[in-house]
Amino acid sequence: MADKDESSNYIVPAADSKSKALLLRYPISLPDFGSGGKTNQWRLQMPVIDQDKCIKCIICWADCPEATIHRKSDDSVEINYDYCKGCGICANECPTKAIRMVDE
Amino acid sequence: MESPERGQLGTSGSASQADEHMIIKDIPKEEKWLPGNAACPGCGLSLGLRLMAKAIEHPVVVMPASCGSVVQGGWPKSSASFPLLNIAMAAAGSAASGVSEALEALGKKGTVVAWAGDGGTADIGLQALSGAAERGENIIFVMYDNEAYMNTGIQRSSSTPHGAWTTTTPEGKREFKKEVAHIMMAHNLEYMATASVAFPTDFIEKLRKAEAHKGTKFIQLFSPCPPGWRIDYSKSIEVGKLAVQAGVWILYEYENGKVSISPISRPYLDAKKRRPLKDYLSLQGRFANVDEREATEIEKSVVEKWRFLSRFM
Repeated sequence: MADKDESSNYIVPAADSKSKALLLRYPISLPDFGSGGKTNQWRLQMPVIDQDKCIKCIICWADCPEATIHRKSDDSVEINYDYCKGCGICANECPTKAIRMVDE
Repeated sequence: MESPERGQLGTSGSASQADEHMIIKDIPKEEKWLPGNAACPGCGLSLGLRLMAKAIEHPVVVMPASCGSVVQGGWPKSSASFPLLNIAMAAAGSAASGVSEALEALGKKGTVVAWAGDGGTADIGLQALSGAAERGENIIFVMYDNEAYMNTGIQRSSSTPHGAWTTTTPEGKREFKKEVAHIMMAHNLEYMATASVAFPTDFIEKLRKAEAHKGTKFIQLFSPCPPGWRIDYSKSIEVGKLAVQAGVWILYEYENGKVSISPISRPYLDAKKRRPLKDYLSLQGRFANVDEREATEIEKSVVEKWRFLSRFM
């Protein structure tokens, strides 16, 4: 497959000895965090977890549209505040109200 | 809420199905839909894509113009860490057919998922989808249904429900929602299902079931949109649950010419067990103009939909 050089061009290697390698400028995006910028700046309120009330049901993790809740190996959760947009779904769905939304 | 929707329900109605249903802890941990994407806070589509990438091991996604093409974010970054092809709005069915054939010809692994909005399915992409379904192309077509053209600024689509406000129906839509799932049932698909982002385990199970079938598979995914439905960002899952509990959105599967209501929706076969429709409507600003008479009309359409499905059970 195509390789990427320093200037985000894609080099398609030659198929055989008669053809040349191709330099392409495809509008290809590569997977990375923060494709929409630092989305924590969108946030008005931030979710805060009370670990004592948490029953490790991981409903917040399953319902987070953003994948900003990290599920640890023991099913406790941690929020990635770099990208959390503060929608509040986790706080709304938490069965024990262990997640609170507090002003930034 | 302690209801079967969270996957605690142990048994299923049909003896041929596995007795155990997936529970939340069975959802794979790996995140292939990355944080920091350009979706609005509380976006149902974003959650849908995240769950799809969890359910299918090697997804190859074909995405027509929709909110889905926007939420990936700006070049040179993309929030999708799986192959994703952005194509023209009418072409989801045909482009997915081509990708599926190419993968087969090259002998490469991958499950082709066409991920289109309700505009790209019910209105603009219907012809290409119908063509792909008739040819029996090996694709999973997911229609994420946020019930309007949200990406361009909330214009009505044929999938917008009766009474809903959009910028092109300021007094509420007069017509009723087009039932794309019923149209796809008429194509005699191997597998067809409806799902909701509010029930992750159910959606993942259905995707995996679809992956196991050959031919064209269709899943209509209920996907709440906070800005378009005039709800608080935190309420998108709650609205999704309410839609099912009120019987407005019915979770079912269509296999071998038979409809089977999914375990989550099964209690609501009995109209008395459904939540009042008012609960569902009053939560959403888009239904603010719905009066008593219109609410009865919507109620009637819900009853009619259940009756229609019961003919195939």
